[in-house]
Amino acid sequence: MSPIIACTDGSLYSPSIYANAAWAATRLHSSVHVLHVIERGEIVAPHDLSGSIGFHANTELLEELARFDESHARIAKLRGNAILSDACKALEALGLEVLATQRHGSLVETLMEFETDASLLVLGKRGEQADFSSGHLGSNLERVIRSAQSPVLVAARAFRPIQRFLIAFDGGPSSLKAIHHAITQPLLAGLECHLIGVGKPDSDLDLDLESAAQTLRQAGYQVTAELLQGEPEDVIASQTERRSIDLLVMGAYGHSRIRQLFLGSTTTALMRNCLLPILHFR
Amino acid sequence: MSNLLSPTTWLSNIRGDLIAGLVVALALIPEAIAFSIIAGVDPKVGLYASFTMAVTIAFSGGRPGLISAATGAMALLLVTLVKNHGLEYLLAATLLTGLIQFILGLLKVGSVMRFVSKAVITGFVNALAILVFMAQLRELDLKIPGVNWLTYTMVAAGIAIIYLFPRITKSIPSPLVCIFVLTAIAIGFNLDVRRVGDLGKLPETLPFLMWPKVPLNLETLAIILPYSLSLAVVGLLESLMTAQILDELTDTPSDKNREARGQGIANIVTGLFGGMAGCAVVAQSIINVKSGGRNRLSCLAAGVFLIVMILLLGDWVNQIPMPALVAVMIMICIGTFSWSSFGNLKKHPLTTNIVMISTVVTVVWTHNLAIGVGVGVLLASVFFARKVAQVIRITSVRDDDTRTYTVRGQVFFASSDSFIAGFDFKEVLAKVIIDLSSSHFWDLTSVGALDKVVLKFRREGTEVEIIGMNEATATIVDQLATHDKSGALDRLLEH
Repeated sequence: MSPIIACTDGSLYSPSIYANAAWAATRLHSSVHVLHVIERGEIVAPHDLSGSIGFHANTELLEELARFDESHARIAKLRGNAILSDACKALEALGLEVLATQRHGSLVETLMEFETDASLLVLGKRGEQADFSSGHLGSNLERVIRSAQSPVLVAARAFRPIQRFLIAFDGGPSSLKAIHHAITQPLLAGLECHLIGVGKPDSDLDLDLESAAQTLRQAGYQVTAELLQGEPEDVIASQTERRSIDLLVMGAYGHSRIRQLFLGSTTTALMRNCLLPILHFR
Repeated sequence: MSNLLSPTTWLSNIRGDLIAGLVVALALIPEAIAFSIIAGVDPKVGLYASFTMAVTIAFSGGRPGLISAATGAMALLLVTLVKNHGLEYLLAATLLTGLIQFILGLLKVGSVMRFVSKAVITGFVNALAILVFMAQLRELDLKIPGVNWLTYTMVAAGIAIIYLFPRITKSIPSPLVCIFVLTAIAIGFNLDVRRVGDLGKLPETLPFLMWPKVPLNLETLAIILPYSLSLAVVGLLESLMTAQILDELTDTPSDKNREARGQGIANIVTGLFGGMAGCAVVAQSIINVKSGGRNRLSCLAAGVFLIVMILLLGDWVNQIPMPALVAVMIMICIGTFSWSSFGNLKKHPLTTNIVMISTVVTVVWTHNLAIGVGVGVLLASVFFARKVAQVIRITSVRDDDTRTYTVRGQVFFASSDSFIAGFDFKEVLAKVIIDLSSSHFWDLTSVGALDKVVLKFRREGTEVEIIGMNEATATIVDQLATHDKSGALDRLLEH
């Protein structure tokens, strides 16, 4: 089985990331590849607003910037080593096969390089630099989910054993992909399945929902399917609580970026409001 | 397109980008005015261009942090067009330039940049700095009314302020201080020096959309096409080169083809809004990074700050004495020029120096950077071909009545003669074996040379066997060679 890639940056979410990765790795019988990306930190340019450039303007500036980045990169590397050895210890203790890699670059680009042979990506909901109080999600999260080929498991703050999962079903191609994954891969096999659609009764969605439930039942799942009305993000968020769901499965970012700019994204809203790990399909 | 809508693209460095945008705008204003004057149009044409270029490229460009505006390289190409045909043709040429650049971008011109060697780029930058400097000399010509010893004193004072003021504080742009102080002195003492207002109109409104008033026919095209082609090439060269400098400075990659398309879009917009063709600017882009600008927002801010300042402070800008602008421009020249190229003359091989110097001389001679780059690239290719051609060795061993020739190296048009010279046709032998396993045949000339060698041996009654052709060589020999086809000898004799 191809490995699970777990991205860590040593933030508060790390233990939960490792736990989620371990859970998935055990179920998929695969190894875990822990990835730590040293991103160039915030731009703290040398304070020079003189706007005047003299002889060797280009080379002098290059040297100055390189010196500046060098000292930061050294520290980041040491820190990264510590984070990775922590991760390895945590995962190896669970008897998993672990590979650790440290790379320079941007998280999204690095992930895209490594992702090609991954069965699952595991990330934390927020990164090290994300602002906690504001309710903002990690800046990289959406970009990773949007560009990833494999499913992305977004870890919540704390991990609890997964018994029940809920599929937020909208009949779109990415939620069908989620159903397909559920019946072909061992990741969710044997867990209690709740299939929820939000829409009008007797619509296309109603029929699709029923056939999806049927497909899941045939694959051996115990399925509770229901079509509810309301705003998707509210309905699904409240249902996860009422049914004490442990994992939310959904097709991510079904709408265009333009629509999202004006109306906001259901995916983002759910990630913000649900304190659960979420498994995204694109 | 997609990451244009992502907030991180715009907002991850707000403070740095806005401040840098302001500093850059201050450096762009003198430059836009100066280059309008070089091109022979009102300062507003250059200022509009700098505004629309910067704002458009902030969205359409491929290199975040790159500053585009009206530039000296482009202005110099426009001089004769404006003189002979007027402003409307300049706008039409700008539009066509954008179109050509956009198409070149679609054709992935970004990857063609690798044929422009480092020596040519250095030559380009140095020539650019020299040309911009030479253009300033016009403002120092004592024959012009209003130019006198005072002008020289003020330029000197301006340069002193620009370079010495940063020692006091680096929180205020020193070019701004230079302009401010010299303007105050000129107004205060009512000095007799040329002012910006003497040179033409400044903008009083935002630019508006208009189609250039030129007849839409082939005659117009014949007039503007040669200009647009040069402009498109020079604009792309300077932009892609500056993008590369920024890639290095920020240690981040950029999409060169997107930048090329973006430059095209920006020039189309600029032409439609009454501005002159522009491109990325080396000095301002460096100033941007130095002041903390990194993202698209910095270029957008530079454009917006520029137009706001001009519109609000237009009356004051009219009062700026020309020596203050000359001082700022001389700083730009010094910052653009690659001073290390003097020291490198001793270190670099002669051919590299010849390429660099030829590029500079050609540009200064013709005032056309496109021609200079053409000459530079051509010379570099010839030198390269010559160098590679020397890497050919033919050795041989005789075994009884058979001689085995082993060819090593690249055989192509420039090395074909040495290839033929490596064989001794007078020697009496029964058989010749030519071992090509460590060589490569590149073109028609080299295959022709192989033909000649084989047939010459055959005419002496020597049997020839060719062994060890690599696949590429075998393909080209298969296609082009005649020695292995019937009647080969007759055909060779026909020539």
